[in-house]
Amino acid sequence: MSGFFDLPSDLQHSYAGLIGLHLREALLPVLAGLLVSLPIAQLCVRFRWIYPPVLGITTVLYAIPSLAFFVVLIDYFGQSETTVMIPLALYSLVVLVPAIVDGVRSVPPETLAAAQAMGFGAVRRYFQVQLPIAVPAIIAGLRVATVSSISLVSVGMLIGNQGALGNMLYDAQTYHRPALAVNSVLTIAVLGILADAALVLVRLLLTPWMPRKGATR
Amino acid sequence: MIRIDSVTKRYPDGTVAVDRLSLDIPDRAITVLVGPSGCGKTTTLRMINRMVEPSEGSILLDGRDIRQQPVNTLRRSMGYVIQNAGLFQHRTILDNIATVPRLLGWTKQRARARAAELMERVGLDSALAKRYPYQLSGGQQQRVGVARALAADPPVLLMDEPFSAVDPVVRKGLQDELLRIQDELGKTIVFVTHDIDEAIKLGTKVAVLRTGGRLAQFAPPAELLSAPADPFVEDFLGADRGIRRLSFFPSTGLELQTGPVVPIDADAGKLAARAATAPYLLVTDLDGRPLGWSEPDRLTAGAIDRERLLDHGRPFVPGTDSLRTALDGAVLSPTGWAVAVDGEGRAVGVVSQQVIGEAIRAAHGEVAEHADAKAGR
Repeated sequence: MSGFFDLPSDLQHSYAGLIGLHLREALLPVLAGLLVSLPIAQLCVRFRWIYPPVLGITTVLYAIPSLAFFVVLIDYFGQSETTVMIPLALYSLVVLVPAIVDGVRSVPPETLAAAQAMGFGAVRRYFQVQLPIAVPAIIAGLRVATVSSISLVSVGMLIGNQGALGNMLYDAQTYHRPALAVNSVLTIAVLGILADAALVLVRLLLTPWMPRKGATR
Repeated sequence: MIRIDSVTKRYPDGTVAVDRLSLDIPDRAITVLVGPSGCGKTTTLRMINRMVEPSEGSILLDGRDIRQQPVNTLRRSMGYVIQNAGLFQHRTILDNIATVPRLLGWTKQRARARAAELMERVGLDSALAKRYPYQLSGGQQQRVGVARALAADPPVLLMDEPFSAVDPVVRKGLQDELLRIQDELGKTIVFVTHDIDEAIKLGTKVAVLRTGGRLAQFAPPAELLSAPADPFVEDFLGADRGIRRLSFFPSTGLELQTGPVVPIDADAGKLAARAATAPYLLVTDLDGRPLGWSEPDRLTAGAIDRERLLDHGRPFVPGTDSLRTALDGAVLSPTGWAVAVDGEGRAVGVVSQQVIGEAIRAAHGEVAEHADAKAGR
């Protein structure tokens, strides 16, 4: 009888190794998504008319099944992590772009007027005023994108063992070891919760200026 | 001096916010732009630091067109205070105030030292330095806004309805504080408000604008009250401009009577002697501070009951307070007499409504003569 954490050798990783792999495949796309979203969102704030079409495009991207992406991407990147991560990065845009746009737009008009009147240029105003004030909204978006990415990585198993913890699901079937599936699902859920908690912590550290619930003057 | 030279602001949809406005804004004084909403007062203010560009006309700062220097250099040389303060919610109070010095390239240390100095100047407790804006009251935030505008010691201060969003008591405090700071610093302040009382209280000169962005009158507040240019200005000043105008007449010349003032330990002879001078006597404590009025025959020497005296209303300080305060004191007093006190609150005399009335008529006469003389009549 194998133990709960003993994995079949075809997974090519220890349990801890799979967790590391899973986090990498889940978080790199969100990071890439964030880096792409920031300029896109800024364009949407600057030129209001492009926001609706951009939202439309991100929604359509989100609606394309990952399998369809894999079919196209395998030609370029093979059965690799990259092939799994590109769709995940694109999916994150549907959450991150509106989150950043809303965050930047939530900066009170009088704050922007004050910044302008004090002689902030556009670039300085973006980095020193708008972006910091948008941090809570951006992190709220990141939390959704991260948790969803962590769960979506599993589909990578469909293109040959690129699903990290998700590969355990496949093996559960092959070797008739349902415990592997339970382990996979539980581990993914715990990773999601921990990643979410980590982001909450980051937000608390980045925004000492936000009113705390229950805090007094 | 800031010279607004026949400036017009027309928006693409054809709306005219400011219509051929010309104003010479004096140095080191508070110039108030006042008018109903839609009169273009905020637009005018924002044209001075180029947050709005005029469609026609020009604005000169010390004889130079404001468009001749880089826009952000211009803005950093003008403090700007707005309604709700517009503080940076993500920065501490100290760093909010240090904003413009930092933009000007001061070191963090120097900018913060300057910010700390300004907190004191505007009456903020230094314990607030490390707080964030959400932890401050509206009035405190507004003080931070003023400190932030003053941080780089700009010669010009632009204030856009800065005190409109706070309650009346706090507003009065902020207004008094602004006048005090202005006494010390002597900035060229352009102040926008829709509140005519605020305009009259703060303004060295007041520009009344009418809807459509046209100038109705530009004059010192006393002149505005005594000689409104047209029915619009008169209407805008409100029904009691006569009373309010008294704020500009000093109470120095009032003839005070000391006869009716008696100390609480006065003997019977003194009471009897004083009773002849007036229908009421003002009783003071042993330090001379007013306690209240009484009819002379209700007073028993050596046994004057403080509780039974009539309230003396709000006393005025001759020379410091205006005729308006004196009249107010007389109106509030059940006897119709106002009490004059010195700086320490000791009664220096009393004055009847009748005497105040004569002083008002005399003051009007002097103003009229002065105006006639100026007009060469």
